[in-house]
Amino acid sequence: MLDAAIVLANFVVIPALSYGSLLALGALGVTLVYAVLRFANFAHGDTMSVATMMAIYCTWWLQSLGIDFIRPLPTALLAIPFAALGTVGLLLVIDRLVYRHYRQAKAPPITLVIVSVGVMLILHGLSRMIIGVDEQRFFDGGRFIVSAGEFKEWSGLKEGLAIKSTQVIAIVSAVTLMAYLFYFLQRTRTGKAMRAFADNEELALLSGIRPQKIVTSCWILVAVLAAVSGTVYGLDKVYKPFTYFQLLLPIFAAAVVGGMGSPVGAILGGYLIAFSEIGLTYAFKRVAGHLLPPSWVPDGLLQLISTDYKFAVSFTILVAVLLLRPTGLFRGQAS
Amino acid sequence: MNLLTATNLSGGYGEVDILHNLSLTVERGKIAVIVGPNGAGKSTVMRALLGLIELRSGQIIFEGQDITQKFPQERVILGISMVPQTRNIFVTLTVEENLEIGAYLHDEPISVAMEEVFSLFPILAKRRNQMAGQLSGGQRQQLALARALMMSPKLLLLDEPTAGLSPVVIDEVMERIKQIVAAGVAVVMVEQNAHKALEIADIGYVLVQGRNRFTGTGSELLSDPDVRVSFLGG
Repeated sequence: MLDAAIVLANFVVIPALSYGSLLALGALGVTLVYAVLRFANFAHGDTMSVATMMAIYCTWWLQSLGIDFIRPLPTALLAIPFAALGTVGLLLVIDRLVYRHYRQAKAPPITLVIVSVGVMLILHGLSRMIIGVDEQRFFDGGRFIVSAGEFKEWSGLKEGLAIKSTQVIAIVSAVTLMAYLFYFLQRTRTGKAMRAFADNEELALLSGIRPQKIVTSCWILVAVLAAVSGTVYGLDKVYKPFTYFQLLLPIFAAAVVGGMGSPVGAILGGYLIAFSEIGLTYAFKRVAGHLLPPSWVPDGLLQLISTDYKFAVSFTILVAVLLLRPTGLFRGQAS
Repeated sequence: MNLLTATNLSGGYGEVDILHNLSLTVERGKIAVIVGPNGAGKSTVMRALLGLIELRSGQIIFEGQDITQKFPQERVILGISMVPQTRNIFVTLTVEENLEIGAYLHDEPISVAMEEVFSLFPILAKRRNQMAGQLSGGQRQQLALARALMMSPKLLLLDEPTAGLSPVVIDEVMERIKQIVAAGVAVVMVEQNAHKALEIADIGYVLVQGRNRFTGTGSELLSDPDVRVSFLGG
């Protein structure tokens, strides 16, 4: 019984929590742009990619200098602030050169979506040209906080529980960022103005809120979210431009499930997608082996769908939500 | 001296003018009411006064200063606030946050202004932590007025403040508007409820197709047979 719970925690709950945290951060980035700038930002996955690329170069530079005082934590954590700054700069330049033009021309949202696809292609091309299409590993430091062997020895159970340091980093950094984001939106003057602007743009203008200031703050938040989620994802898994491009699907699914424009929805959506993706593609045979008498355990893997189809999970949820409840779980602004 | 003098305004949203040589004035602590049939350009006048549409010609003087070329935000700082007809509150913000946004351009602490507004609209004080989207129609309208008052404006532009409200609530909102005026704020109000509005008007303007048709005090217009037959239903 306990063994079954440990297996479940080890292979489903903990991975889904850390993956879900990163999806939630990604979905928050998408939903913020949707709420404030009123378009679905297809470039977000590749923004994360470029941000991670900056973090990787910075990590390598720090490693070459021999800076390792944060052991056993990975050096990349030190690189995140630099990457975030770089990403802020990048997004503000893109906004100035690209989006502002369409905003001033009062272009319809669909135009901005297509423009963001263009930005996505450019960023994707940039990351492939600069760092290359191959996988990059930049993790260093201690791999495990709890290793399977130690856990077995300590608990005396047959199954081991392994908690990777990157999983904890993912969860902790996501929760910290989310807490700050909600503090910012609920308590600060600029945050309230941002919510007001998202709620009713014309009335915000009548109240004297300057759109440019709101737009700039929005991109800054998005850049920090992208730098943290991208870098930590790369630490936990691996960095590869194409993987980040593919992340766009679960991130969008999370944002849409929660309700476009709703931050709380984006977070719940992130975890929902992560648990669905991992839960549906996990082979539960080992869990069943601990719960059922040996003769009852089926021969099959008890896996609903192959891991090759994990993208189909997000896609199906996305389509189902759009068909059945287009405003998402938390009524976003889609209506 | 007039607080606001608009002379010979012409302009509209694109090629076609909606306003034609339209003029109006309002004094401090007085109510100017604009009435007229649908499509007369009533709401367009309000938007023109706040600078939300471009004028082809004409001049707007506010407190002796020519503001014709100023941006809407500059006019807000000078003391002109507007309550649009629809979507005039932030439904996803609390009542209190709506008021804070109303005072966004204020640098000083806003607690004094907020207490003043709460004493004028006690119901809002009770609901200060509620989402504005949960308020009833009449309460929403009060909140919309309250938000506009947070900047301590000298001139308040009200676009059909009683549209869609029940008769009892209309009386309540009109009562509040009178109180606001009594406190020294000038009001320019567009109204479909011509009768009720002209009753409290110091000066009334009947617009037809973007032109001044009749001008006079509220009681003059109410007793003018032409106005009665054409616009007040006899």
